[in-house]
Amino acid sequence: MAAQKTKEPRYHSDFYDELIGPRGGPRRPARGLWKYLRRLDRDELIERRDACEVAALVAGITFRVYHDEGSADRAMPFDLIPRIIDVDEWQRIQAGLEQRVTALNLFIDDLYADQKIIKDGVFPAEVLAGSANFREQCRGVRPRYGVWAHICGSDLVRDADGTMYVLEDNLRVPSGVSYMLENRQVMKKVFPELFEDIDIQPVDDYPARLFDTLASLSPRPGDYPTVVVLTPGMYNSAYFEHAWLAQQMGVELVEGRDLIVDDDDRVFMRTIQGLEQVDVIYRRIDDAFLDPEVFREDSMLGVRGLMRAWRAGNVGLANAPGAGVADDKVVYSYVPDIIRYYLDQDPIVPNVPTWRCSIPSELQHVLANIDQLVVKPANESGGYGMLIGPHATQRQRDEFKRLVKADPRNYIAQPTLAISTCPTLIGSQIVPRHVDLRPFILSGDQQYVTTGGLTRVAMRAGSLVVNSSQGGGSKDTWIVDADGGRQ
Amino acid sequence: MLSRVAENLYWYGRYLERAEDVGRMINVNGHLMLDLPRQMSPGWLPLVRISGSQALFEELNDSQDERQVVRFLLAEPRHAGSVLSCLAQARENLFAARDLVPREVWEQTNDLYLLAKDQLSGVLSKRRRQEFINDMIRRCQQIIGMLADTMSHDHAWDFVLLGRYQERADMTTRILDARSAHLLSGLGDAQPFEQLQWMSVLKSLTAYQMYRRHVRLRVKDSDVLRFLLLDPKFPRSVAFCLVAVAERLKGLPRHDEALMVVGRLQRMLDQADMTDLIQGGLSGYLDQLQKALIEVGETIRQTWFSNPATD
Repeated sequence: MAAQKTKEPRYHSDFYDELIGPRGGPRRPARGLWKYLRRLDRDELIERRDACEVAALVAGITFRVYHDEGSADRAMPFDLIPRIIDVDEWQRIQAGLEQRVTALNLFIDDLYADQKIIKDGVFPAEVLAGSANFREQCRGVRPRYGVWAHICGSDLVRDADGTMYVLEDNLRVPSGVSYMLENRQVMKKVFPELFEDIDIQPVDDYPARLFDTLASLSPRPGDYPTVVVLTPGMYNSAYFEHAWLAQQMGVELVEGRDLIVDDDDRVFMRTIQGLEQVDVIYRRIDDAFLDPEVFREDSMLGVRGLMRAWRAGNVGLANAPGAGVADDKVVYSYVPDIIRYYLDQDPIVPNVPTWRCSIPSELQHVLANIDQLVVKPANESGGYGMLIGPHATQRQRDEFKRLVKADPRNYIAQPTLAISTCPTLIGSQIVPRHVDLRPFILSGDQQYVTTGGLTRVAMRAGSLVVNSSQGGGSKDTWIVDADGGRQ
Repeated sequence: MLSRVAENLYWYGRYLERAEDVGRMINVNGHLMLDLPRQMSPGWLPLVRISGSQALFEELNDSQDERQVVRFLLAEPRHAGSVLSCLAQARENLFAARDLVPREVWEQTNDLYLLAKDQLSGVLSKRRRQEFINDMIRRCQQIIGMLADTMSHDHAWDFVLLGRYQERADMTTRILDARSAHLLSGLGDAQPFEQLQWMSVLKSLTAYQMYRRHVRLRVKDSDVLRFLLLDPKFPRSVAFCLVAVAERLKGLPRHDEALMVVGRLQRMLDQADMTDLIQGGLSGYLDQLQKALIEVGETIRQTWFSNPATD
């Protein structure tokens, strides 16, 4: 009887589960992991978790939380049970992401040049006119390879029937890649035996690929280019990642005040040797703060004259200013059309069906069905300012109806997806928690998609909010070849 | 290396040294007060004078008693020269440069600040105060030892040491300035209690033991001055600090002007006449030294840290 009581309850999810199939057994690529986990008793599992925490601490995986009292580093919650995707499915997603980002770059390049897509009636001029991230100052600039969004982080979610959707594209300054890489380091330290037995594809070449992508933007080809990472500074929540990327690539981490643009529109950094010319800047500062000469005059973070230098072709900027125009959630709803228009292909990875409040008939639908929809502002990221209809109070819904009616261009709505779950260790229990996936896509002279990406997990039961700023955690993501080694 | 990061490391070196020096001064003054008869006691205010922040002290405090002065020097967050502020600034400066130093150094610096913040939040008894200060000094020295033995002696290291030795030279002149004023006013042989006070000057700079070993048994004013200003082997003498500064400068690019300024200061030291100083010239002379030290700092700033666009 005692044995009966200590037996672990059977894992069950009401949603599509990433590791466990509908009959309760592990999906094929997850079999090895699940067998391993089942062999561990509760104490062993907790011991592994503690080891993960120590490894994460030692690796310095922290994100910065700023208080009035100064600031502190806090570890981002990490869950030791990985999310697993079969290699065949991943190859299809990878092709879909490459297709998507290629089309988005063609779209951005067109918007800042001839705007053919508008002339051809595929994309409405009004949507562009209402875009908060379209930068008139970028018209006529032709970045190398026609690429504007060199680093893109697209968020993917899986619905009840197993379909993977693109939920949004982050084309401005997407973050999280450092967690993806550090999570893998932690897993390798704590579960070396799993990496021996299971065919898990490596992720670690990202910093090298990022450097190559950035180097390909150098205006002085042939030379070994001077690349820098531009951070808003140590109080930024992603400072850890900025410092980490600079260190991994072996380049300087600079702030705006370290750079200067001379009268010949060249960019230099101040070093103890004197001024040193900079060829490529991976900037982690929003457009608005980039150059007080062109954008916000009160910006203390940017570099006066940077836009001049970029327009003159003397420095590469990644991402290019203005790339965020395609990051808008209304623009998002046109991405399938954009793919068809520029590439004459059908989208490989679908969009979540989206109603645009700017179109009267769709607005009516949104207002009538707000209790079943997720309503999002067009230009926010990080999960801020959105309404999850089924979970909201009547008062919150009425408030949102008012907001949407007042500014319909600024809102879109989507059905509430039954987002998939992944087994997650909470306390000493393995329970389902919702996850999403953020792969990173690099575009320069070549394209590259990370192997998997950053899996973010909502640590609270039932919660769909995975953002680290709002208490989300992360997991390692395995792309597994289930047939590996058997051929 | 980026100029900004070099500047962070330089100030890291300075603040770490300053925290240690201020702590030691408080401990030594505490001992001195126990030894001196009350009517001869210099009190605690000279320590505020050494820190150069009398105005702020008077603004924040209504008396000059031990409790208030020590609080001001140890834990006052509005006083940039308090031990707590120094440790906070050392930590902030290192944070921006932490990729350039071994990870343990960052962790220890961070820990030290957190420890100080925790311990200094309440009232400290005299005994706990002394324990805290001793612990703090030991940790500062541990950090520097760790740096010296685990970090490449590259430019980053040069800047930490530049800051450390410049701060130390500055502190030695300040302590001499504030302590010697009334000690030198009565001419003639040192009275018993003057002995005690010169000993405390030496102890403030952890110089007593080395002085006894290298100079002589009896403590004499001109010998003390010569030892603290000119001794080439004692690591807290001004001359020693300047040699260390010059040594670091030589490794840096574009060092000509800074070396020249340090050289001028070294000549100024060589030409000092101890008898003349004791007979009333000391205060003016120390003023000159301090001005020259400020010039050294300013030249370092302009050469390696400055900001051509905004200057």
